[in-house]
Amino acid sequence: MAAASQRRHDVIVIGAGHNGLVAACYMARAGLDVLVLERNDYIGGAAVSRKLYEDFTYSNCSYVCSLLRPEIMRTLELPRFGLQIIPYEGGCTMMRDGGHLALYDNHDALRRELSRHSKRDAEAYDRFSRDIIRQCKFIKPLLMREPPDPTSFKPRDLMELLYLGQRLYNVGEQRMYDTIRFWTMSAADFLDEYFESEIVKAHFSGSSIIGTALGPRSPGSAYVLLHHYMGDIDETVGAWGFARGGMGAVTAALAGSLQASGGSVRTAAPVEQVLIRNGRARGVVLASGEEIEANTVVSNMDVKRTFLKAVAPEHLPEDFLTAVGRFKIRGSSGKLNIALDGLPTFPAIPAGAPCIRGDMHITDTIAMMERAYDDWKEGRWSAAPYVDMLVPSQIDPTMAPDGKHYMSVFVQYCPYELADGPWTDAKRQAFGATVIDAIARQSPDFKSLIRHAEIRTPWDIENEVGLTEGNIFQGELTMDQLLFNRPVPGYAQYRTPVRGLYLSGSSTHPGGGVMGAPGANAARRVLADLGRGDTR
Amino acid sequence: MSAATVPFDVIIAGAGHNGLVCAATLARAGRRVLVLEAGATVGGCAVTREFAPGFRVSAGAHLLHQMPAGLIDELGLAAHGLEFAATGLPTTALAAGAAPLEIGDAAALARRSAADARAWPLYDARLRRFARLLHGLLAAPAPRLGSDAWSDRLALGKLGLKLRLLGKRDMREFLRVIGMNAYDLVTDEFESPLLKGALSLDAVLGTNFGPRAPGTVLTLLYRLAAESAAGPRALAQPKGGMGAVSQALARAATAAGATIRTAAPVARIAVREDRAAGVVLESGEELAAGTVISNADAKTTFLKLLGPEYLDTGFVRRVDHFRSRGVTAKLHLAVDRLPAFGGASPRALGGRLLVAPSADYVERAWNHSKYLEWSAQPALEITLPTVHDPALAPAGRHVLSAIVQYAPFAPEGGWQAQKPLFLEAVLGVLEAHAPGLRDSILAAELSTPADLEREFRMSGGHWHHGDLAFDQFYMVRPVPGAAQHSTPLAGLYLCGASCHPGGGVMGIAGRNAAHRVLAEAAR
Repeated sequence: MAAASQRRHDVIVIGAGHNGLVAACYMARAGLDVLVLERNDYIGGAAVSRKLYEDFTYSNCSYVCSLLRPEIMRTLELPRFGLQIIPYEGGCTMMRDGGHLALYDNHDALRRELSRHSKRDAEAYDRFSRDIIRQCKFIKPLLMREPPDPTSFKPRDLMELLYLGQRLYNVGEQRMYDTIRFWTMSAADFLDEYFESEIVKAHFSGSSIIGTALGPRSPGSAYVLLHHYMGDIDETVGAWGFARGGMGAVTAALAGSLQASGGSVRTAAPVEQVLIRNGRARGVVLASGEEIEANTVVSNMDVKRTFLKAVAPEHLPEDFLTAVGRFKIRGSSGKLNIALDGLPTFPAIPAGAPCIRGDMHITDTIAMMERAYDDWKEGRWSAAPYVDMLVPSQIDPTMAPDGKHYMSVFVQYCPYELADGPWTDAKRQAFGATVIDAIARQSPDFKSLIRHAEIRTPWDIENEVGLTEGNIFQGELTMDQLLFNRPVPGYAQYRTPVRGLYLSGSSTHPGGGVMGAPGANAARRVLADLGRGDTR
Repeated sequence: MSAATVPFDVIIAGAGHNGLVCAATLARAGRRVLVLEAGATVGGCAVTREFAPGFRVSAGAHLLHQMPAGLIDELGLAAHGLEFAATGLPTTALAAGAAPLEIGDAAALARRSAADARAWPLYDARLRRFARLLHGLLAAPAPRLGSDAWSDRLALGKLGLKLRLLGKRDMREFLRVIGMNAYDLVTDEFESPLLKGALSLDAVLGTNFGPRAPGTVLTLLYRLAAESAAGPRALAQPKGGMGAVSQALARAATAAGATIRTAAPVARIAVREDRAAGVVLESGEELAAGTVISNADAKTTFLKLLGPEYLDTGFVRRVDHFRSRGVTAKLHLAVDRLPAFGGASPRALGGRLLVAPSADYVERAWNHSKYLEWSAQPALEITLPTVHDPALAPAGRHVLSAIVQYAPFAPEGGWQAQKPLFLEAVLGVLEAHAPGLRDSILAAELSTPADLEREFRMSGGHWHHGDLAFDQFYMVRPVPGAAQHSTPLAGLYLCGASCHPGGGVMGIAGRNAAHRVLAEAAR
């Protein structure tokens, strides 16, 4: 690809993760000459489908699709480029006493199921989902907007602040108070306001800790719960689905859409440094020493990796560097990808129940989650971890050979740094064994069906994907790191202290999940700065 | 009933410090005020009592550091007999078997860590700037959101303006740290575990959170804000214990014409034609007044004294979920000699002594309370009131008063069985920091949140009537619909720590409630 290095591109995007590709697509569609550089020899970042064992396909990082903004899917014509989302019915939580709680899309079935555990909770559920949807409706329009800088007097920022104020004002007094409370309270307290049954609360609090170094009792975890409800497939709020062919299908479709609009992707091209001349980004230098010139550089790497590794400190204000250093990107999640000889049986789930095709959990109390979090705080992986497990091959046969199955197991909590020294292969195996044993307690034949298991710690995810500490959100979703604080106060509008250098990853508003909003917002900011349209 | 036949305009249920401030303020404005106190003495949580023959102690709060100097002067408490045994008390972090650290002592800090000594002045100055901003917010009543009242819009506007006046740099930092947790804040700034531990404990004293909980920087700033308003007096020890503050407040109220009846527990609030009409005592005696102000916590007021039947279900649900279960216990020791806290100077022994050797120590102490266990290694705020006020104990003897965290309201196994074990754990920690202390103990009293609920009639035995956290703060404290002292029931008001700005012997809630009542009467 020597040719690439001669030509000066309009834009170089560092990292072919989903946000990088989304940003690239929007910019290419606006007529810019865009080159995406990916350090791995495959694209996708954390949205990949990998064949690591025989004919099994692993979505070995992100594993379900929900948050991807529908407007992005439409604008970039992702279905045309092969993206197919298959919704699945809500999952279940198995209980240590052999019982279970299943979630169904069918409202009556769900009510019947909830009232098995508590009549009151069945009544409360409608209020719960109504309030959640209300909050999501309030937040959603903000996802695809650039957060204002509350300290600025620029008309744009003042207008945007006014817009936010107006939106808040329009929900009405009581809702405003609810919003203030939901955004700041803990998931446990939030759920206490609706439900009484431990198992119901345990099931719903799951999404408040996924990817987060918080427990369900930590204030702010209710927001993380909301964040996970923000997705909508076919306009049903909070719906989840599989990408046919694994999560790699999302980024493959994005790459297809990019090529169709004239952009190109170059893999196995790790960027070493951002090229900066007279305070302006001029391109990048690859690990090979090759220099590639561009007028604009968009980094899809997280904010720490971008500014602590790829930009020389002399180009950055000291305050900014301190703030980046203090940005919290914590590794708290692990992942197991398992090839199975057959579908495991779970005695807790009634035979033929659809929930085995959804997300399955084995943590039946909030206290159990808190104890799992306590382990993380002490630098240990959870002795009794929270798992979010799915067997996509039941719905998408392309993931595994006939009769065989692929199981994705997301694990909370697993620390990036262990109290007793660095990760070793032995410790990785021990971590995997802890998770497998925990699952085996609910499935007698599970262990005997395992053909291959890929065990990924935060440390592995950092090294393979490039996410600092393997944090799936490129930064904690806490109050101090949301909206105009994300990633750094004063730099929440995708621009950076270096002219011509932008951020497009989940370190920026509105944060993580395979959502694409940060990439789209970043592209709009670049285009606006180039005088090619405004930021809305 | 016509006003002439009703001897009182206002009845205040509860003679806690807020109730008394409220009474004094209203009486000075010419209202005929009756204060009804269930206990034998006034003061509620700000009270001095004998806990062992000849030994007296501040049974609740044991230091005065949050009551605005302005309020103390406004009510002329000095003239009404309030004296201070000591003011400007230091805070010292204790380390078992190692040198203690006085917070703010640059030289001592430098000996531990040069980096911390460099960071401290900047950190301290910045947080105090933030605290001053926050104090403006604490002193004024919380506005309503989305109301068309200009007073509310003005209050919000003022807040925005004050933020802007911080300047770009400070404003950005304020908007970032305010949502943070104390553990990260102090870890970003400092390396000395003792310093980080002490600051962490200050951030969580009296609330059911560990230092890693987001929002604990708010509680840390809250404490600083109130202290900054206390002026030069800062951390002060009233002569005769905290009861002396309440006594002075009571004298100020009666001098202004208010009537105070003790041993007169209110059973319920009387309602006539959809408004508060007075109260009924447990004795059955009925007392009429057009305005009833409750110094009791939100749950007691709405669910016990008034009753859900007068409120809509949504409101009742919110009150029900107001987090009001305390996790703070109180230890009182009568000792035959001054405890020898290793390396602590005489000056330090007269002040606040903290047992919180590291931020992780405090977090671990909290972990237990999540599972309804008491902390195996509790964190402590210790005072030795007899150092400055020998009259509280027989000659040569001393009193140790300690705030102990964490102790759940209802531990697994029940306090009956657990209390002796918990006392052992607390004494174990004390002994480690003051070798020989155990042998000097003449009498010990440990008040768990359950005991505090009984003694002070606060549901949950919570110091602040309810956790201080963003979701129970400012315009949502205690619950939307009762956050401006008035309640869904006409003529009924709240004046206690359940209201903004919350707990601590501050008196602001009492004063703001009084002003609210006067303002509504003026309309």
